[in-house]
Amino acid sequence: MHLASGVDPQLADLSNKLIYSAMAVYTIAMFAHMFEWTFGSKGAVAVRSKEQSGNLAETVAAAETKAAKKVTVTVAGAKGGTTTLTRTVLAGEGATVVTGGRTDEDVDGPGAAGTSEKADLAGRIAISLTVLALLLHGGGIVARGLSVSRWPWGNMYEFSCAFAFAMTAAYVVLLAARKNVRWLGLPVTVAVLLTLGIATQVLYTDSEQLVPALHSYWLAIHVSTAIFCGGAFYAAFISTLLYLVQDSYRQRADEGKYEFLRPGALRSHDGQKYSQTRIALARIRVSVCNRLPAASTFDKLSYRINALVFPLWTFTIIAGAIWAEAAWGKYWEWDPKETWSFITWVAYACYLHARATAGWKGRKAAYLALAAFACWLFNYYGVNIFVTGKHSYAGI
Amino acid sequence: MSKTTTDTELPPAPDDDTAAERLSTAPVESEGPTGIGVLGWARWMWRQLTSMRVALILLFLLSLAAIPGSLIPQNGQNQFKVQTWKAQHTAVAPIYEKLQLFDVYSSVWFSAIYILLFVSLAGCIVPRTWQFVGVLRSQPPAAPRNLTRMPVYAAWRTGADPEQVNAAAHRLLRKRGFRADLSGGSVAAEKGYLREVGNLLFHLSLFALLGGFAWASLASGTGGKLMVEGQGYSNTITQLDDFTGTRFYGNQDLDPFYLKLDDFTSKFQNTGDQMGAARQFTANVEYYGGSDESKLKKGTIEVNHPLEIGGSKVYLIGHGYAPVITVKNGKGDVVYHDVVPFLPQDANLTSTGVVKVSDYGVGPDGNRTQLGFSGFFLPTAPLSFAGTGPISLFPGDAAPELVLNAFSGDLGTDSGLPQNIYQLNTSKLTQMQQDGQPAKALLKPGQAWDLPNGYGSITFEGYKQWASFNVSHRPGNAIALTGAVLAILGLIGSLFIQRRRIWVRAVALPGGGTQVELAGLARSESAKIAEELAELAVDLQDDAPASEEDGDGTAQADVEAPAEEAVPDAPEAAASDPAVPADQNSKE
Ligand code: HEM
Repeated sequence: MHLASGVDPQLADLSNKLIYSAMAVYTIAMFAHMFEWTFGSKGAVAVRSKEQSGNLAETVAAAETKAAKKVTVTVAGAKGGTTTLTRTVLAGEGATVVTGGRTDEDVDGPGAAGTSEKADLAGRIAISLTVLALLLHGGGIVARGLSVSRWPWGNMYEFSCAFAFAMTAAYVVLLAARKNVRWLGLPVTVAVLLTLGIATQVLYTDSEQLVPALHSYWLAIHVSTAIFCGGAFYAAFISTLLYLVQDSYRQRADEGKYEFLRPGALRSHDGQKYSQTRIALARIRVSVCNRLPAASTFDKLSYRINALVFPLWTFTIIAGAIWAEAAWGKYWEWDPKETWSFITWVAYACYLHARATAGWKGRKAAYLALAAFACWLFNYYGVNIFVTGKHSYAGI
Repeated sequence: MSKTTTDTELPPAPDDDTAAERLSTAPVESEGPTGIGVLGWARWMWRQLTSMRVALILLFLLSLAAIPGSLIPQNGQNQFKVQTWKAQHTAVAPIYEKLQLFDVYSSVWFSAIYILLFVSLAGCIVPRTWQFVGVLRSQPPAAPRNLTRMPVYAAWRTGADPEQVNAAAHRLLRKRGFRADLSGGSVAAEKGYLREVGNLLFHLSLFALLGGFAWASLASGTGGKLMVEGQGYSNTITQLDDFTGTRFYGNQDLDPFYLKLDDFTSKFQNTGDQMGAARQFTANVEYYGGSDESKLKKGTIEVNHPLEIGGSKVYLIGHGYAPVITVKNGKGDVVYHDVVPFLPQDANLTSTGVVKVSDYGVGPDGNRTQLGFSGFFLPTAPLSFAGTGPISLFPGDAAPELVLNAFSGDLGTDSGLPQNIYQLNTSKLTQMQQDGQPAKALLKPGQAWDLPNGYGSITFEGYKQWASFNVSHRPGNAIALTGAVLAILGLIGSLFIQRRRIWVRAVALPGGGTQVELAGLARSESAKIAEELAELAVDLQDDAPASEEDGDGTAQADVEAPAEEAVPDAPEAAASDPAVPADQNSKE
């Protein structure tokens, strides 16, 4: 990368304005998601019902009249239940219709909106706003890059903007691919606002050229994969957290801990009446958990993201080592940043091992995943801010 | 060996041992020492060490052990910082020293952890490799008697001949890339061996990485050289400023080459928030490898762009200014003329340095004496030093000034003791005075200072830039890089490929007709096995159409639903048997 002589102040200024506008729109999107969750709770909230997912039956029935070939596969579940998956091939058309499952296992909840139309509308508005904010956000990043004719990730402010962008973009791409991730809307907007808030308030630096140590095409490779990994680890973290929440909820629900919410149930325990707050909190918990996907869905999602990202993270570290070799003469010096990348890598390897080791799956593995993410977070914020090393560049 | 480690293990029925065989060759956990005596214990300990659980614990320990080194200054990186830290924490420093906390990554305990980890890895990977070779040479395990016990299952009735159905299934499975074996009235098939290959490759390449590191730490060496524009040097131990060798790369092994710094360019940000931040450093050099002077070439060295000469790489690591100084004695003879590198003290290149005039000769008082000067070079001097002292405001040379103090007496250079060329030993020197004050001068380029008491003059002729280089010889990079690339490839295979088995069995029913059963087994994580089985079944129905009399005309009615006793992992089992995964419900 070569040195452009200076900085275009207009573009730099435009970039800041775009980032702030994006933040404003994300904020409105966040509120819309909050409405979605709130209105959604007004719908019927059942204490864990097993009679869900009947809607698929209609699709099956419609397809069956024309069916030439049909197969039903029975899949054994973890808790002794079974799921069935039906595949139908229509006569004369050669196309297959996958009609999906029917299950007596844990099922995914209907999503934040529940059955409420108002909530659904709020959710749709939130998503449109998120897309708008994403465009503004992307524009801000591009303008920043153009203002100095270089890749826009040369300091922590810029990483953070790019990182938040990667996170939202991943979410929007998943939505566009019709994956069932709309429930992620609230956590994603909150995380993005948090990241951008810290970026603009704490980490901000003016748009400038880079110190010579960053004049390398490895900046584009190493830093962009690092940013991507960060966004993905973040998503896996949210999913792990929700797995833990959902898993403990299911357990408690199975133990009958929420039976007292049923209409007509005795609102007391060992002769003591449940307090009003307790009931309200339990209601919220039941309402939220019943709308979220099942624990196993979260668990699988977090595993998949982590497993997908692990090789890329490995690559990021190796790319960093190659760059370090070019810049400092040694590919590994145990610089704090390198050390924490290594710690993070080992922690995720630990998690993957746990998934393959008897007695370590489920919650224990989830705790390891949380610890690994904590390492990642420390590597990102902690090392840059509190520990000085060779990775300390202009304006943090 | 009562339990195995993978989630693909199902509690096997006595007659289903081989079919439900693990899909991974991960080591088996053992519960306690079998045999008696030392051998039994040794074997037990070895098994423990090579178990997944211990690998997990060692990995965890490794990440914990790496933490202190990132928070406490390390000798390997910055000895100066270590010294300052020790001076500030005198109470705990000796304890830290004992615990090797200033050399974490070469400490006994850190080494112990990773050596154990690699021993564990070897003990785990080598047997796995053999076992896997065995798996590749044998046929996929035959179908278990009771297919309904498998995690995914489908069945229907057909009028087709059982043998033809089996043959068709065999053909279809092959077409899908399965290794398939038709025997005993059923088809056994397996796919996704690359997963295991990837896993083995990944773990083995960790050894290559380690080997690369080890070789680098045994056979590398680095030296430092500071050159002013126009200077050159031959890469020998006498001409290098400093050199650190290792066991297999010592003073005599230095790669022979010649390097000269022609000129140096530096540019700095001169506006805004980051004013003064470096924007460009380029060293233009001339060099030749070996001793053949006719091969002299031009080159540039920048940060991130080292120059490779022979087996060494030359890195640009620092730069600064070097004033050109001339000293005349009382009679007006030139007694000193040289460029003197001054060392930067801050980001704006406020630099300090000394001038040692050891051949001054006879002083005004008739005795032999020597002169010494110490001072500051300021690339951009402020208008006044009031309140700040001599500091530079900007790293570029916008308003260069030289600030000097003068001394006379004995420099101590003849004592035979090695001297730091950047420091003045003032123990036998007296500072020159003027008007009862220490004599001091502030010079712009071209200006001269007439020293007090007839000592002559010192002239600041001008200045050049200097650059310092790190000359590094590090073998083993290629090995480590190969290891790293293979590790990534292996990981991709290991994490993205699913190993799975499918069985098909068609048998004639006593009352006429044929019962077709399909079953599949895979690791739970992201297994698409159910869909794969469904696709296979749909294809198979071309050869084995479902009988019309099946209730609604589909196979569904005939599915021998794996009811209570047939489901492999009933809740009680899941609770009591850690080998049964919590996430076995792997349907998409
Ligand atoms: C040097 C440190 C090590 C690292 C970084 C490492 C990393 C990994 C990773 C990332 C996986 C994930 C692949 C997957 O989920 O299938 C894995 C799997 C595995 N590792 Fe390691 N490992 C290390 C040491 C060991 C040791 C010491 C053992 C033996 C005791 C071992 C045995 C295994 C086995 C058997 C699997 C496959 C599990 C399965 O079939 O899913 N690893 N390792």
